[in-house]
Amino acid sequence: MSTAPTQAGSAPPTRNAPSRIGRSAVLAGGLVALLAAIVASIAVGAESVPLGQIWPALTDFDPLSGDHLVVRDIRVPRTLLGIAVGAALAVAGALIQTLSRNPLAEPGILGVTHGAGFALTLGAALGLAGTALGELGLGVAGAVLATVLVYAVGRHSTLRLLLAGVALSAVLQGVSLGVRLTSPDTLDKYRFWSVGSLAGREQTDLTIPLVAIALALVGALLVARSLNAVALGETVAHTLGANVARVRTVTLVLITVLAGAATAVAGPILFVGLIVPHLLRRLTVGSVPWLVTLSMIVGPILMLAADTISRVVLHTGEVPVAIVTAFLGGPMLIWVVRRYGAGSL
Amino acid sequence: MTTTESPKRTAQVRVPVRGRAWWIERRTLGVVVGCAVAMLVLGFVGLSFGSSWSTPGEVLGALTGTQPSVVIVEWRGPRVVAAILFGAALGVAGAIFQNLTRNPMGSPDIIGLDAGAYTGALLVMTVFTGATTTVAFGSVVGGLLTAALVYALSRSGGLSGMRLVVIGIAVNAMVTALNNWLVLRAELEVAMAAVGWNSGSLNGIDWDDLILPFSVIAVLLALASLRAQALHQSALGDAVAVATGVGLERQRLLMVFIGVGCTATVTSVAGPVAFIALAAPQIGRRLARAPGVPLLPAALCGAVLLQLADLIAQMLLAPVSLPVGVVTTAIGGCYLIWLLAQEVRRR
Repeated sequence: MSTAPTQAGSAPPTRNAPSRIGRSAVLAGGLVALLAAIVASIAVGAESVPLGQIWPALTDFDPLSGDHLVVRDIRVPRTLLGIAVGAALAVAGALIQTLSRNPLAEPGILGVTHGAGFALTLGAALGLAGTALGELGLGVAGAVLATVLVYAVGRHSTLRLLLAGVALSAVLQGVSLGVRLTSPDTLDKYRFWSVGSLAGREQTDLTIPLVAIALALVGALLVARSLNAVALGETVAHTLGANVARVRTVTLVLITVLAGAATAVAGPILFVGLIVPHLLRRLTVGSVPWLVTLSMIVGPILMLAADTISRVVLHTGEVPVAIVTAFLGGPMLIWVVRRYGAGSL
Repeated sequence: MTTTESPKRTAQVRVPVRGRAWWIERRTLGVVVGCAVAMLVLGFVGLSFGSSWSTPGEVLGALTGTQPSVVIVEWRGPRVVAAILFGAALGVAGAIFQNLTRNPMGSPDIIGLDAGAYTGALLVMTVFTGATTTVAFGSVVGGLLTAALVYALSRSGGLSGMRLVVIGIAVNAMVTALNNWLVLRAELEVAMAAVGWNSGSLNGIDWDDLILPFSVIAVLLALASLRAQALHQSALGDAVAVATGVGLERQRLLMVFIGVGCTATVTSVAGPVAFIALAAPQIGRRLARAPGVPLLPAALCGAVLLQLADLIAQMLLAPVSLPVGVVTTAIGGCYLIWLLAQEVRRR
């Protein structure tokens, strides 16, 4: 939690785009913070692992050492998961805010995340969600459907978009809860997942969702340049030679894949996609590729920090990480509304 | 709402009350009577429905006492009455807040008052292990504190600003997270009981649970009906309200108190039942084609909606009885989306 704001504060608050040196410094600072978050995520938990044991566990693995087993089988996969989910949600948020030119847009608030969650719950109850590929497919399909519906209802106004998202989220959550209550197996399997958590997911095979997220992140970097032009407005984009319709479609596909895959892995986690782009807005004035790059670093930092907090905040056990992100994200949303005022809504 | 401007006098009915003549819109009267009939019919269905249906004769016999039935009077009775009264209370609370904020989205379930009241109840249950009275008290305090927080944060934007709604949504998200945390933190038995009404449920309510909430809600509803005229005047705008002799600040405080009181009392017994407060006043207003958000149709629509939702919750997956909040959320959310889509079409 503390890493991200200090980082934003350390950069000179210039109105112009930062120079190359400034950018490298920010990038380096971000990577150092990410490294610190990774180390914390590996070291902290119910079973505290001494810092000195982490490196040997990775390079010189001893199957008889409890610390080594914890690091290799639980902490490292979970950290990887946190990095992937954080990056996916943050980049999805950055893309959707740029595309809709809407400071409140976020896959979680707009119902995309809950669309994916609903499809997964339904699939699980019907017995379709056994495989990693099946879960990914369900997650993305749900995300697409929710996006289309919310966008169709709310495309003319920022506020209506938000309300449609909130309403759809509520409906889908309600129906998902109904489904889970009627099939106890699903309830048990997805108890933590349904609130949004990384816990217990590290044991499953995560290759497919991680690869999908990685590919979509690369795609986001590639499309960011054209998105820069589209963000300036349709006319300008045409003049600059960007194919507006194609860039929009590709970006929407990327958003749904990122949000859908992240939800398939970690359940509905809100607000990460809202917080990160806002933290970075000052640093990345008007440069979408830069925003996407930094989101890929700060998103994981936030996610890992929240996940680490979620492990230690209760002495009785873990808290689903989505609860922590809601506590971080709620004030953020209030701040955004107060800062951008009711006039922009 | 563009209503056809009908000639005033022919569209109204004269109702003599204690020597004074009250003019009521014919349509409003129709809606009120229609809703009351629907309420009675649904109540009758609710009394007959169960794992085995009772015949109308059995229900009538149980009600008049000629043919005593524990199932109908002690099990189904409280549930039906609770649905009617809680639905009415939620409908009135929603109408009050929608009038105050002049915004259909300003209703207590959207801006987090339900969740806040639930937090208060949870805190009392888990930390102080309180009795029913204390839980209800904690619930009211939680709701009032949440209301104060939302209004304080959105003050500069004005009560009617859209800012209030968005800030309410944010507060709602945080408070809901807090509730989840409290449940996880609690001892297992308390947590099980709390999760039971996490999404609002009328399961297992009996007469003893209802005495306190009924008396509180009855007092609050009576207060609301006394102040309804002033409420509608203040909805016309601050200047008009002051000019027509409404003490604005006191009026607002009282109304917020009534609204939060209704919401919190329902929440302390049944948990956060979402979307009735949002949908009922809007449906009532559209049925009555009223210019503002009238209280009486809102109350009746709320009662009918909650009864209907509770019946669906019991029937949908019988013998398993869903939390009624799940059904109200699904219905209310769909209604809200439809409302937004309608607005799009009208442009």
